[in-house]
Amino acid sequence: MPALMYPRHVKTGSTMLLLAGALAMSACASKAPKELPPEPGPATTTPTTPPPSGPQPGSQADFIAKMMGSDTIYFQLNEDTVDSTDQAALSKQAQWLQQYPSKRATIEGHADERGTREYNLALGERRANAAKNYLISLGIDASRLNTVSYGKERPIALGSDEASWAQNRRAVTVTID
Amino acid sequence: MKKIIRLAALGLLLSGSAAAFAQSAPPVPAPQPVPVGQPAPADEDGGLQVTVSDDSDWQDLGIAITTFATDADVPTGTNAGSTAALGRALSQVVAADLKNNGLFKPSGPDGLPQPAYAQIQAPDFPVWSARAANMLVQGYVRAGAGGQITVGCYLYDVALKQQLVKGGWQVPPADWRRAAHKCADMVYSRLSGESPFFDSKIAYIAETGPKDHRMKRLAIMDSDGANHRYLTSGQSTALTPRYSPDYSKILYLSYLNGQPSIYVYDLASNTQKLIARTGNPTMAPRWSPDGKWVLYSMASGGNTDIYRISSAGGGTPQRLTNTPGISIGGSYSPDGSQIVFESDRSGNQQIYVMNADGSNQHRISFFGGRSATPEWSPRGDQIAFTHVAGNLRIAVMSPSGGGMRHLTDSWQDEAPTWSPNGRIIQFFRTARGAGTASIWQVDLTGRNERKLPTPVGASDPAWGPVRP
Repeated sequence: MPALMYPRHVKTGSTMLLLAGALAMSACASKAPKELPPEPGPATTTPTTPPPSGPQPGSQADFIAKMMGSDTIYFQLNEDTVDSTDQAALSKQAQWLQQYPSKRATIEGHADERGTREYNLALGERRANAAKNYLISLGIDASRLNTVSYGKERPIALGSDEASWAQNRRAVTVTID
Repeated sequence: MKKIIRLAALGLLLSGSAAAFAQSAPPVPAPQPVPVGQPAPADEDGGLQVTVSDDSDWQDLGIAITTFATDADVPTGTNAGSTAALGRALSQVVAADLKNNGLFKPSGPDGLPQPAYAQIQAPDFPVWSARAANMLVQGYVRAGAGGQITVGCYLYDVALKQQLVKGGWQVPPADWRRAAHKCADMVYSRLSGESPFFDSKIAYIAETGPKDHRMKRLAIMDSDGANHRYLTSGQSTALTPRYSPDYSKILYLSYLNGQPSIYVYDLASNTQKLIARTGNPTMAPRWSPDGKWVLYSMASGGNTDIYRISSAGGGTPQRLTNTPGISIGGSYSPDGSQIVFESDRSGNQQIYVMNADGSNQHRISFFGGRSATPEWSPRGDQIAFTHVAGNLRIAVMSPSGGGMRHLTDSWQDEAPTWSPNGRIIQFFRTARGAGTASIWQVDLTGRNERKLPTPVGASDPAWGPVRP
């Protein structure tokens, strides 16, 4: 099950807004690549010997830590092209997935806010599918990969500016624990 | 393109018969809201012709709306109180309807004389002439057997000292506002020559919470924002509702199963089911005008295409588009013979028309930028859409793609929906930065833009037809 269910409060009113705001901040912090646990030096090919207090090998936390931001690829406006930067990131993802062949992953496709809602749902799906297809081309079995589009409904960067929109046009790979 | 409408009530009508004043109280039969009495003679032809792009004459039309009188002040089962209080509330709803559509500037009921029950059918015309009222709306309310509420509504031309039209409706207490909307519809139609639209409902998405964790719930309300109700809890994101033509169901997108999928929600039973078990994400649901068909768009392998399925369930979905790229949405022409939809098959979002069976697909938008979310007017003569060229704006064009006009000019307006009479367009506006959404409406002239009152943030309005 992808991370669909936020802890949410059904009541209306400002209390709920405050609660939701607090939840959002904590949820955000746990996801943002910038909040990664410190790594002892550059990434090396020693995934079976993580730092003592590091994440469980093969877990989503481990995936996040190893990817160092490469769990997400970014797209140009209205595009689903996987460029060389994206290819490097997806190769890194594929290495991890090959190391843990029992793990499956969902690729979440997103769009920026400057498009219509329905089209952006389809565009997010197209982007997630582009990432999925590239992983398949690297040898990952298609049966291990799902896609889901959130369109423009789940921005990661909250500004209404080019820099934020560039961050939101993305496909995020989330492994399933 | 300017649309000609007839302005039929500027004092040129000599149709009302004086005998109408002498009639006794109109008979009010039948359970559900039903018109009573004789309809006013309809000989509007010969009235003035004006264009809807110049509403100044309309706005100068002084309409006095008085507190509805009652024969006996007795308790009612309504949330408005006794019949006297209900009469006041009814007239307030009528006044708000007529004021908010932007074409009239009604006065009252506050600050106006309150006619007695006996005066409802025999107005004190000199009083209203002295107040420079051109038109006068009076009405009554009575409590009937079984808690039923009976409402009568009369429109008079003050200068002519003549009744133009009257109507009566019997409603259960919970539906008292509908009687007021019916009265406003009657007045609006008689004075404008347009079809009614106030007695209608809107499905939409209620939005709360911060931009990156926004709760989106399915909700419904009357056309004036009253009788608001949430239909889903918000645990799963809900998007893009569409009322069925008979108001019995709502199609919408939900993330309930993880994948975005189209459900049909039954309002009588409060149950829902998937419209199609595809295993793929489905989006952008639409009804055919007769309610027999459902359009949805399904993504597969990065492509998205439009499918048609029987709304009764069962049957094999029929694929209507099959070009590479994203084809999505779809809005039927009023006669059900054609579908307007959007596709990026040319490289970016543009608007196309096809026959209802998918044949003869051809592009109609050729004016730069991207064009999305087309909605065919219930009158058939216009297509509303979102024009994306930097900002997102609401625009209209003819079904052949001509006469494109922007109706709004804001940072981000999208997803138009038509009033039942094709005179007003609602859409949702997103605020730059905070991303808060709100529902707005604008007249087909591009004037009279206003925000709808909703309890929380609101998007994806879907306006249903006028109720019988």
